Amino acid sequence: MNENLYRRRLLTNRIGIALSMLAMTLGLFVLLWILFILFKNGFQALDWNMFFNSTPAPGSEGGGLANAIVGSLMMVGFTTLVSTPIGILAGIYLAEFGDTSKTAEITRFMTDIMLSAPSIVLGLFVYAILVAQVKHFSGWAGTVALSLIAIPVVLRTTENMLRLVPGSLREAAFALGAPRWKVTTQVTLRAAKSGVITGVLLALARISGETAPLLFTALNNQFFSLNMNGPMSNLPVVIFQFAMSPYDNWVRLAWGGALLITLTVLVLNILARVFFREKISA
Amino acid sequence: MTKTQDQDTKIAIQIRNMNFFYGKFQGLKNINLDILEHKVTAFIGPSGCGKSTLLRALNRMYSLYPGQRAEGEINFYGQNILDPKQDLNLLRARIGMVFQKPTPFPMSIYDNIAFGVRLYENLPKGEMDERVQWALTKTALWNEAKDKLNQSGLALSGGQQQRLCIARSVAVKPSVILLDEPTSALDPISTAKIEELVNELKSEYTVAIVTHNMQQAARVSDFTAYMYLGEMIEYGKTDEIFIKPQKQATEDYITGRFG
Repeated sequence: MNENLYRRRLLTNRIGIALSMLAMTLGLFVLLWILFILFKNGFQALDWNMFFNSTPAPGSEGGGLANAIVGSLMMVGFTTLVSTPIGILAGIYLAEFGDTSKTAEITRFMTDIMLSAPSIVLGLFVYAILVAQVKHFSGWAGTVALSLIAIPVVLRTTENMLRLVPGSLREAAFALGAPRWKVTTQVTLRAAKSGVITGVLLALARISGETAPLLFTALNNQFFSLNMNGPMSNLPVVIFQFAMSPYDNWVRLAWGGALLITLTVLVLNILARVFFREKISA
Repeated sequence: MTKTQDQDTKIAIQIRNMNFFYGKFQGLKNINLDILEHKVTAFIGPSGCGKSTLLRALNRMYSLYPGQRAEGEINFYGQNILDPKQDLNLLRARIGMVFQKPTPFPMSIYDNIAFGVRLYENLPKGEMDERVQWALTKTALWNEAKDKLNQSGLALSGGQQQRLCIARSVAVKPSVILLDEPTSALDPISTAKIEELVNELKSEYTVAIVTHNMQQAARVSDFTAYMYLGEMIEYGKTDEIFIKPQKQATEDYITGRFG
């Protein structure tokens, strides 16, 4: 036995562990710092008025985020309604029907591009084809932009989750004489259900903080509005505009909004984990 | 082949000059075989000999995968199922299959069984209940499952899951049941139950079983086919194959000198 060789390996091991611990501490430190600043400033801003008043005019006192919260909820809600069926159906097509066909290959390639496309480009695109054509910003334009981000996420997760379903389960359903669509809807999709729901939740978490696409599309609205055809207030753009303003109450509201979004994303991520864990244990 | 035919038994499946290809690779070479009605026919042979391939040809399972194809004839009560015009869903409703690993669907025990029945029959609730009970009784699962019909099929033990899968096949009342190594993932007690079940099934169904376990083939089957490298080496009554095989290769495999 070569003692030197062993000692050297021990040393390398210690250095390796020390370096990875350092990296972890650094990452964790930054994350905790972000959360600390966010919670410190955010909780100061948090009060009931924030949920009942709309964003204040320049120079006026108080105010809240009611219009931004409702606007965000509406746009994210409609985005979910639009992108969930499209994403899931396309994912089913890729995993169960298209497989290696040319159409499927192209769809897969486009999805990959869409997944990594900068969201500001998608916003600009919707601005050009929608906002610039009708000559006004709108909640619907915001929904379209957010859907462009959400659909590829839902699509990809659905496809991946369906691919995890063992082929033997499909064969077993086919062996009973079931037609393909029945096998897909009643057996394969059901087996992948929690994974697919996870994908939808992750897409939701992804879009609830997106700012760039909304800047070009829904823009902002100082007043409470449920009109999807007009400009619509939303949390990310309000944060963007208020955080750098000279008014103290605006800055305070921006922190409150940032905290709200962070908490929402946190809850969505936890839900996604819970759903996925259920799938694994089943 | 004729020596294996009794005068009064009908041929359920008649395989003639069948060749099977995985792309360019030939998986089965010129198979000729008669599977008799209400008998258990076992396919044995070392891994990769083509016994599962042969079984999966009988319900055209391979048609799910592009690149796999069969040539020749497989006559199911006189009708060539290799005909491209053959309706695969109807065929599979008549020739059921159970797989190596238990594959309960992610739904209740009741629905696992009702799923297949609903595909081809429109039964009122009462009759469906009866059918579910009948299938579970046939597979000796009724006593264990009757109080948890609404629970997930995944909650059953491995052996129970496999019996559920057999019940699911039986419930659609096929004429042939194909079993692809149905006990290789199970413990000895579950295996014994399933072997017992196979014995009971043959009074109403024609059964073909692929097995790695030669004792199992000897215990459950009436006829045995020994395959090697995609060829049918020997086929005959199980007693004869195991007691005095005609070919040296069969004897070597059965006595454990090879494989």
